[in-house]
Amino acid sequence: MKILVCISNVPDTTSKINFTDGDTKFDTNGVQFVINPNDEFGLTRAMWFKEKQGATVHIATVGGPSVEPTMRKALAIGADEAFRINAEPTDGFYVAQQLAEVVKNGGYDLVIGGRESIDYNGGMVPGILASLSNMNFINSCINLEIDGNNVTAVREIDGGKEKLSSSLPLVVGGQKGLVEESDLRIPNMRGIMMARKKPLSVLEPVDGLKATEDKKFDKPAAKGQVKLADSVDQLIDLLHNEAKVI
Amino acid sequence: MSVLVYTESEKGKFKKNALEVASYASAVAKMMGTTVTAVAFNSTDNELLGDYGVSKVLNVKDESLATFNAGAYAASITQAVKSTDAKVVILSSSTDTKYLAPLLAAKLSAGYAPNVVQAPESTSPFMVKRTAFSNKGFAHTQIDTDIKIIGVSNNAFGAHESKTEITIEEISATSDENMNNTKSVEIDKVVGKATIADADIVVSAGRGLKGPENWGMIEELADILGAATACSKPVSDLGWRPHGEHVGQTGKPVASNLYIAIGISGAIQHLAGVSASKTKVVINNDPEAPFFKAADYGIVGDAFEVVPQLIEKLKVFKAQNG
Ligand SMILES: Cc1cc2nc3c(=O)[nH]c(=O)nc-3n(C[C@H](O)[C@H](O)[C@H](O)COP(=O)(O)OP(=O)(O)OC[C@H]3O[C@@H](n4cnc5c(N)ncnc54)[C@H](O)[C@@H]3O)c2cc1C
Ligand SMILES: Nc1ncnc2c1ncn2[C@@H]1O[C@H](COP(=O)(O)O)[C@@H](O)[C@H]1O
Repeated sequence: MKILVCISNVPDTTSKINFTDGDTKFDTNGVQFVINPNDEFGLTRAMWFKEKQGATVHIATVGGPSVEPTMRKALAIGADEAFRINAEPTDGFYVAQQLAEVVKNGGYDLVIGGRESIDYNGGMVPGILASLSNMNFINSCINLEIDGNNVTAVREIDGGKEKLSSSLPLVVGGQKGLVEESDLRIPNMRGIMMARKKPLSVLEPVDGLKATEDKKFDKPAAKGQVKLADSVDQLIDLLHNEAKVI
Repeated sequence: MSVLVYTESEKGKFKKNALEVASYASAVAKMMGTTVTAVAFNSTDNELLGDYGVSKVLNVKDESLATFNAGAYAASITQAVKSTDAKVVILSSSTDTKYLAPLLAAKLSAGYAPNVVQAPESTSPFMVKRTAFSNKGFAHTQIDTDIKIIGVSNNAFGAHESKTEITIEEISATSDENMNNTKSVEIDKVVGKATIADADIVVSAGRGLKGPENWGMIEELADILGAATACSKPVSDLGWRPHGEHVGQTGKPVASNLYIAIGISGAIQHLAGVSASKTKVVINNDPEAPFFKAADYGIVGDAFEVVPQLIEKLKVFKAQNG
């Protein structure tokens, strides 16, 4: 089985978010970039398929040279080979088209992406990619088993979960549950050394549709002071008469 | 050229978010001087949409679509967009809709803006405001394609009545063999309980509760308020609560009217996921807990004392206020 994991390079979850250039760009100053958490769960599941079912695991990221340290980390975790598509990932549709080209040329059976990236929160790349590549698609995937061509998966639904059957070739939008938090791996020294030698090819982008543009950013208004209640009675009164939420 | 909205139903009845997206679609249609057509699947209370500005319902009647199927639903919605020559498609932010939206975007070569929090800032160019960076910021996104898809955030725009003459047409499903072959095997869903996505009130607890055996009072509090229960990430990682309850930046987003956080410190990743909630209440025994800086109301106190009191007082309050 040939697997492609789509890795998006995102600000660490603890990052303070600021904007620059007249609020038209995300300010990367002092920000640490990491593998998108949803993708890390997917990558770790891919490692399981590699170790238990002999799969080959490639990764792909659409981005400029600055994303390479994050890609090397994915290689250090155990991916075999990497592709960087040299373009700014400003629009989900465009990103999906670039990845579709990698999928077409690579003949992958399974493509694992994340339910959403935690930066622009598009939640669209895996689904668009599946559709452009004529592959089946399961989103918010929290369990994935593959036996030959047959797929059994569980996805999260509002208020519960749904078990699905499908077949390869397949794209999943994954999240925690694909593996547990405790299964995540911190790259060790040997992995990091090996990752330096693994192939990371840079591909030029194909022409694509840029469907959306983020023109401007801003931040939520600062929060007022918290009102501390001295008693439960006072809290109920505030919630009823002031906030009018109960 | 109308505005098309996909209105979700469950067992034939429209979900709360269907009325929100219908209201949103109606606002967009007014801006563009056109009308709203809704697509629904096997719904039985179609007239209701007329109260929220919808003038036509295309109701897909098909037994095989009794449960949601992303590919099949997307195929029928695509067909409805084409037959009505719609230029704007309005969707909700439910898990199901977020599953089908990208399939629809690809089929229609449409730009898709998810998590939109208000009516478009302009329709030419088409600009919407949406949350980004897990609620730590907003993006003003321009959609440049001929057909535009908007995902409206839960509980952001609200449902607004506006009576409209409505016609209902039953249509048959459109199938598309290239569209996503997956089959539902089994659905495991809590019935009769509010879900984090839909609930007006969410009661959430963290590691301060010490262990899973102490969740009885959290559930009781939620019951009295008709609320959904949620938890912080470590609580689900420790297996104290199911993963589906984990809220925050890497879990489910919460956009309820009231969010009550009990024994949760208020780490940045937690706050990011719950900040879209309108009123936030914190119960924590540490006055320095970061959550107090992000909350509207709070009680500094021991959860094991405060919560049982709150339960007793709320019972009395509910008895008096219905
Ligand atoms: C990549 C990444 C992603 C993450 N994503 C998320 C996410 O999506 N959601 C999330 O929640 N976290 C997330 N986290 C974890 C986050 O950083 C915090 O560790 C977590 O939110 C803390 O959970 P907690 O508040 O329940 O526990 P703690 O931080 O241990 O806080 C417990 C709180 O309970 C209070 N307390 C103790 N006893 C009592 C008592 N008797 N009565 C009242 N209060 C009491 C304490 O004062 C304390 O404030 C993420 C972390 C990382 C690294
Ligand atoms: N620039 C990118 N390069 C590679 N994969 C990406 C990129 N952006 C998004 N993805 C994948 O698509 C998923 C969803 O991202 P998004 O649609 O941006 O929310 C991510 O979790 C990744 O798996």
